[in-house]
Amino acid sequence: MGFETSNDRGAPAAGDEPLQPVKIVISGGFAVGKTTFVGSISEINPLTTEAAMTSASTGVDDTSKVQTKTHTTVAMDFGRISLGGGLVLYLFGTPGQARFQFMWDDLARGAIGAVVLVDTRRLADCFPAVDYFEQLGLPYIVAVNCFDGLQFHEQQAIREALSVPRDVPLVFCDARERTSTKESLIMLVEHALSRAE
Amino acid sequence: MTAGATPDRPDEPPQMRIVRPYALTGGRTRSGASDLPIETLVRTSARGREVGPKLQLEYRTIAEMCEEPLSVAEVSVHLGVPLGVARVLVTDMSEQGLVDVHKGRTDRPNQALLERVLHGIRDL
Repeated sequence: MGFETSNDRGAPAAGDEPLQPVKIVISGGFAVGKTTFVGSISEINPLTTEAAMTSASTGVDDTSKVQTKTHTTVAMDFGRISLGGGLVLYLFGTPGQARFQFMWDDLARGAIGAVVLVDTRRLADCFPAVDYFEQLGLPYIVAVNCFDGLQFHEQQAIREALSVPRDVPLVFCDARERTSTKESLIMLVEHALSRAE
Repeated sequence: MTAGATPDRPDEPPQMRIVRPYALTGGRTRSGASDLPIETLVRTSARGREVGPKLQLEYRTIAEMCEEPLSVAEVSVHLGVPLGVARVLVTDMSEQGLVDVHKGRTDRPNQALLERVLHGIRDL
């Protein structure tokens, strides 16, 4: 690559292109397939960034009145999809446990919406994320990751067990499949559009 | 010497990357008035290309990698520093005109933008 002397004439058009990043949050319980989901459609191999957080210790420490601080490092996987015309979509996978909610505030700001991934064996893992996005008013869909497929009656049972509001789209997906991931993302953006009026 | 200065830490910012990440930012984890959204796209400016080789290592590396626009998140990964550090470095460079930043939205994307995104995903 290297540096070249700046020259107003003949600068690459790409350098003048207005850029617009957008993002979608991918949340869900531990090992539910968030990175797989992101990787199935990302144009780069999913990267892992570390957000170091400092927070006042909430531990019980009666021997000291001094407030201690703890440093927490949270790994976050993300991918990128260039959509043309300077539009770049980032997918951020974030841990779904309630104790990571401090990260969600940052990620949810300005986001198109969220995909809450669900493992059929651990349905309850998605509840903190669902509650959070519901409370925030961020558009979200629930995507049940079921790579072996499900019978219709199983789908109905899961839908009931999740008890998400009726206006929240629910999709059965295979996080390994690009087409499936693409459909989930389309469903989310359509849902966000329907609420953008 | 201020009362808060710690005697065991040199005031001079180290030059090379055998240092703790936050030493690069003088201990700052937050930059300026507002944090850059994580998806903010960073692109090296003409000035950044011009003076890039003379910059300190981290700035120079960022100037090189952002010839093609990268997000703050990617800068963080490629530079091997936490997000907070990447934000501070990019903000510093932006203030010096070395990079252009294209921020993500802080409010909900509007209908026109959502439609562009929708068409973009459908065309994948």
